[in-house]
Amino acid sequence: MNIVLRLAWRNIWRQPRRTWLTTGAMVFSNILLVFMISLQFGMYGLMINNTLQVFSGHMQVQAPGYVDDAKMRQVVDDVQPLAAHLREALGSDTVAARARAFALASSEDRTYGIAIYGVEPRHEPRVSNLPGLVEHGRYLQDDDAYEIVIGSVLARNLQVATGDELTLLGSGVDGSFAAAVVVVAGIFESGVKDIDRNIAQMPLTAFQDMFYMNGAGHQVVILAPSLADAPELQARVEALVGADDGLVVQDWDALQPGLRQAIQADMSSAFFMYGILVVLVAFSVLNTQLMSVLERTHEFGVVMALGMKPGLLGRIVLLESALMGLLGFVLGVIAGTALTAWLSVRGFTMPGMDEMAAQFNLPARIYPPVTLLSVAIGPFVVFVFTLLASVYPAWRLRRLHPVEAMRVN
Amino acid sequence: MTAVRCIDICKTYTQGDVDIKALDHLSIEIEKGEFVCLMSPSGGGKTTLLNAIGGLDIPDSGEVWVGGQRIDQMSKGELAELRLANIGFVFQAYNLIPVLTARENVEFVMQVQGVRPAERHVKSMVLLEEVGLEGLEDRLPAEMSGGQQQRVAVARAIVSRPELVLADEPTANLDSHTAADLMELFVQLNEHHQTTFVIATHDQGVMRYAKRLVRMRDGRIVDDVQQNAA
Ligand SMILES: Nc1ncnc2c1ncn2[C@@H]1O[C@H](COP(=O)(O)OP(=O)(O)OP(=O)(O)O)[C@@H](O)[C@H]1O
Ligand SMILES: [Mg+2]
Repeated sequence: MNIVLRLAWRNIWRQPRRTWLTTGAMVFSNILLVFMISLQFGMYGLMINNTLQVFSGHMQVQAPGYVDDAKMRQVVDDVQPLAAHLREALGSDTVAARARAFALASSEDRTYGIAIYGVEPRHEPRVSNLPGLVEHGRYLQDDDAYEIVIGSVLARNLQVATGDELTLLGSGVDGSFAAAVVVVAGIFESGVKDIDRNIAQMPLTAFQDMFYMNGAGHQVVILAPSLADAPELQARVEALVGADDGLVVQDWDALQPGLRQAIQADMSSAFFMYGILVVLVAFSVLNTQLMSVLERTHEFGVVMALGMKPGLLGRIVLLESALMGLLGFVLGVIAGTALTAWLSVRGFTMPGMDEMAAQFNLPARIYPPVTLLSVAIGPFVVFVFTLLASVYPAWRLRRLHPVEAMRVN
Repeated sequence: MTAVRCIDICKTYTQGDVDIKALDHLSIEIEKGEFVCLMSPSGGGKTTLLNAIGGLDIPDSGEVWVGGQRIDQMSKGELAELRLANIGFVFQAYNLIPVLTARENVEFVMQVQGVRPAERHVKSMVLLEEVGLEGLEDRLPAEMSGGQQQRVAVARAIVSRPELVLADEPTANLDSHTAADLMELFVQLNEHHQTTFVIATHDQGVMRYAKRLVRMRDGRIVDDVQQNAA
């Protein structure tokens, strides 16, 4: 074995208790990091997917600019044939056409402003969870029926039940006055307040009729099998629609800008905490190594007198930290992965999670997935900081004077 | 050929308000293959002189030459290389590396030099046997007596056949019999390999082996005689 490695290895076992305490701090924080980061990444994935599945889909075909400033006249012409074409070309039925308008919805004595969507009753359930969340009555059936499904909060606000009539007032795509009387077919409850308060759906053909859309709509919604499949699917859709149609494909980030921000905000606060944890571990390593270097002043003097260069001594100290760090890394990753893997089968829940779960459509019990990244990233950072923490003790050895060092006992 | 040359070297230590002249305008020249004993009352400057010759300590003034190279202006790294390649040290206190066994301590210098394991192993075993430590190869320093540790230190100093061996009280912890054996070993190395020895000692027994006896007091050489070795 290399002499530097041998010295480093024997040195760390000179004070087994101290080494285990330092390594223990690393193992503990590594377990925590593996578990927390896996849980977090798992939650984000669910958060994104579940939010997208509620309504917006993984991507939408729209007129350019519509995503930023949804104007009624920024239409997708012949939206239903386009959706049908995409369904066929992609070999997928998770594609549906929609149109969207603002309208005033009035019951007998109340009026509220709502976003009303024209949807394809047969295809909408494939791209959105909303149709499945109808609690009272039923979802839309016929393409041209003048009926509507509304959210539970809106139903309460308007004081209507299924079978009641609503009057819709709005303006058509050409700016003309649009009005219709529709029957409440169903009431859904998504659990997301904004959706339950503001959104209503009616059959697309009836919508086009009411708002003088002339066959046009505003979006073709596409749901990918999973978040990971979305980018590839988007490329295929882009190839099919093409810029020459005057249409663009917006990804989920463009459709739901708040989602990424929420994740980033959550991530930065979490990583700030992880940062503190890592710094604490680094200081414990720094303390250990400073102490152990100080204790060995005499023998460092001896090996320097024998002809070992100060740089080589520094390397021994760095190697000692690296060995401890490696031990902490391996043990931490094994234990952390075991814990996370166990929870990924058994599920994990904690107090206060319900609230966040409800807000982002998450289940109250999370099954954190174990991925290479989520398992390795935390312990890797701890390892790097362990090395950094021993740079100073190693560097101090450069100033060591052999004779003076040998006088220390 | 001159192995060591010190020209007018001074080294002053300040202890509180008092200046202690550990080396006081000292000059000495030692030829290759000499066997020199340094003698002085305690505090006479022997250790300081050995440290200056070994490049462990730089004198305040004067020049130190070892093997034709001026060393008092070398960098730490260059000095380390010089010691590793050319100088064997036996220190006043045993100074073994506590985490290494007797054999590993002896092999240490060779290992830093990059000598192959098989060669290292043979050399260290032969030498440990010569200093009478057969069977104790795998003991850690803490598991050996002071005399045994000192013998390991001696073995470590001479195993890689340095041109110059600097020994500070090498027999301080040895019984007279072992001390004599050790001196025989030094003499043998000196005669067969032209290894230069500079040994600081109080021990009358050691002085008998010296071919040149240098007496010091207060950092100066007061007597320097050639004598017929025992
Ligand atoms: N680091 C130091 N700081 C202060 N004084 C020192 C230092 N090293 C040596 N001295 C002083 O320098 C003088 C010479 O010391 P040195 O160790 O060279 O003597 P020595 O001949 O080796 O003595 P001994 O036989 O006791 O080993 C002594 O007076 C000693 O007290
Ligand atoms: Mg001395």
